[in-house]
Amino acid sequence: MDINDARTVVTVLGFVCFIGISLWAFSGRARKGFDEAALLPFSEDDLPAPDAGRQTKEGNKNG
Amino acid sequence: MQSQTYNYKVVRQFAIMTVVWGIVGMLVGVIVAAQLVWPELNVAEWLHFGRLRPLHTNAVIFAFGGCALFATSYYCVQRTCHTRLFAPGLAAFTFWGWQLIIVLAAITLPLGWTSGKEYAELEWPIDILITLVWVSYAIVFFGTIGTRKTTHIYVANWFYGAFILTVALLHLVNSAEVPVSLGKSYSAYAGVQDAMIQWWYGHNAVGFFLTAGFLGMMYYFVPKQAGRPVYSYRLSVVHFWALIFTYMWAGPHHLHYTALPDWTQSIGMVFSLILLAPSWGGMINGIMTLSGAWHKLRTDPILKFLITSLSFYGMSTFEGPMMSIKTVNALSHYTDWTVGHVHSGALGWVAMVSIGAMYYLIPRMYGKTEMYSTKLITTHFWIATIGIVLYIASMWISGVMQGLMWRATNPDGTLTYSFVESVKASYPFWAIRVLGGVLFLTGMLIMFYNMIKTIAGQKAYEAPVLAPAGAHA
Repeated sequence: MDINDARTVVTVLGFVCFIGISLWAFSGRARKGFDEAALLPFSEDDLPAPDAGRQTKEGNKNG
Repeated sequence: MQSQTYNYKVVRQFAIMTVVWGIVGMLVGVIVAAQLVWPELNVAEWLHFGRLRPLHTNAVIFAFGGCALFATSYYCVQRTCHTRLFAPGLAAFTFWGWQLIIVLAAITLPLGWTSGKEYAELEWPIDILITLVWVSYAIVFFGTIGTRKTTHIYVANWFYGAFILTVALLHLVNSAEVPVSLGKSYSAYAGVQDAMIQWWYGHNAVGFFLTAGFLGMMYYFVPKQAGRPVYSYRLSVVHFWALIFTYMWAGPHHLHYTALPDWTQSIGMVFSLILLAPSWGGMINGIMTLSGAWHKLRTDPILKFLITSLSFYGMSTFEGPMMSIKTVNALSHYTDWTVGHVHSGALGWVAMVSIGAMYYLIPRMYGKTEMYSTKLITTHFWIATIGIVLYIASMWISGVMQGLMWRATNPDGTLTYSFVESVKASYPFWAIRVLGGVLFLTGMLIMFYNMIKTIAGQKAYEAPVLAPAGAHA
C-alpha cells in the first residue's frame, strides 16, 4: 500500500470519528453525564471565609 | 480530607509573575513600536528592533501567556478534580524552570542567539530545558486528573490537556535541530519542508497555546464569575473535538503564494475557513453563559474583561479565515493588517481573558474575596479597550494602504510607488499604534498597583480540599 493511501485512510477515519463523537454528544445517552459535568465548577465554593487571610489595618477597601 | 489543602503556592507564584511578565513584555512591545516611528531609538546592536522584536513576542506569548496558563490550569484542575496537585516537587520545578527559561530568553535574544524560527527562536540548550519543564507540566496535570475524586473530567481540563499535549508535540518536531556550538544550531529540515513544519508549528502555537489553553480558562472562569454553568455542555464537547480535528491543517495559509505546492495552500485555506464554525461555537457558548444574567456585565468589571475577550475572539476568528482566502491574502500578507489581526487576538482575546482570570485568582490566593479596588479594575478595562481599538484600527488602515500601494501599477506596467513611499505613508498609523500600546501598558501598571495593594499585609492562603458533593462523587 502506498503511504498516500494510509494518509487518506487516516483522514477519512478522523472525519468518521468526529461525526461519531457529534452523534454521541447529541444523543440522549450523553445528557446525564453532561449535566453533571457542567456543574463541576460549582461543586464547592472557592470564596475564602472573610477572616481567612490576615486583614490589613484599614481592612478591605473596595470601591 | 479536611486537613489537606489545595496547592495554592504554585498558582500564586505563576499568577504574580503573569502580571510582572505582562508588564515587561508589553514594555518591550511599546519600545519596538516606538523604534519604528523613531528609528534613532535603535541605540545599540543588543537593543536593535531585530533583536527586541523576538524578545517581545517570546515575553508576551510564553512568559505572560504561559504563566497565566500554568496558574489557571493548576487552579482549575485541582478545584474541579477535588484533589491536591499531583507531584508538588515537579510543580515547583515547572515554576522555577519556566522562569529560568524566560530569563535565558531575555539574555540570549538581545545577544543575537536565535534559530531564526518565528516564535521558536530560542537556541537548542533552552529548547532542551523547555522540553524538561513541559514533560513535568504534563505529569503534574495528567497526574492530578488521574487522582481525581470526581467521576467526570470537566471540559476546561480537556482543553488544557489538549494544549499541553499538542505543544509538546509541536515543540519536539519543530525544534529538531543540529547543534554546531553552544549558541548555534541548524534546523533538521530543509527548504519548503522546513517552512511547512515551521508554520505547522506556528499556526498550532496560535491554535493550541493561544487558543485551546485560553479556551480552558474561558470554560472555567466565565461560568465561575457569572455564577452559572456553561450555556451548553454538549456544544462545548463538539467545540472541543471540532477544534482538535481542524486546527492542525490550517498552517499552510501562512505560506500562500510561496514555493509550497498549490494544493497544500488550498487545503490550508479550506481548513481555515472551516475553523470559523468551532471558533464561533465556542465564542457563542461563552457569551451565552451570561444569558439571563446580562445585568452583571454592568457592575462587574471582571466579567467585562471576560466577555469582551470573547467578543475579540469572535472578531479575530472571523478575520483570520477571511485573511486565509488566497485572494484576500494577496492584499493582506506582509502588511500591517497581519500585525493588527495578531494583536486583536493577542491583546483582545488572550490578554483580556488572562487579566480577567487573574483578577479572579489573585484575591483568592490571599484569602480575600475581591481585589483591593474594583474601581481600578474598571479603569483598567476601559484604558485597555481604548488601547486595543487604537492599535488594531491603525493597523487595519495602514495594512490595507500598504497592500494597495504595493500592488498599484502604472499603465505601462511599472510600479506606481517605491517601497519607501509606503513606509513614509505608514508613519502616522505607527504613531497611533505606539499610543495604543502605551495605553494597554498603562492598564497593566494599574493592575500591578491593585495587585500589590491587594496582597500587602495578607498571609498566603491555602484552601482545604473538600470531598465532591452528591452526584459528582
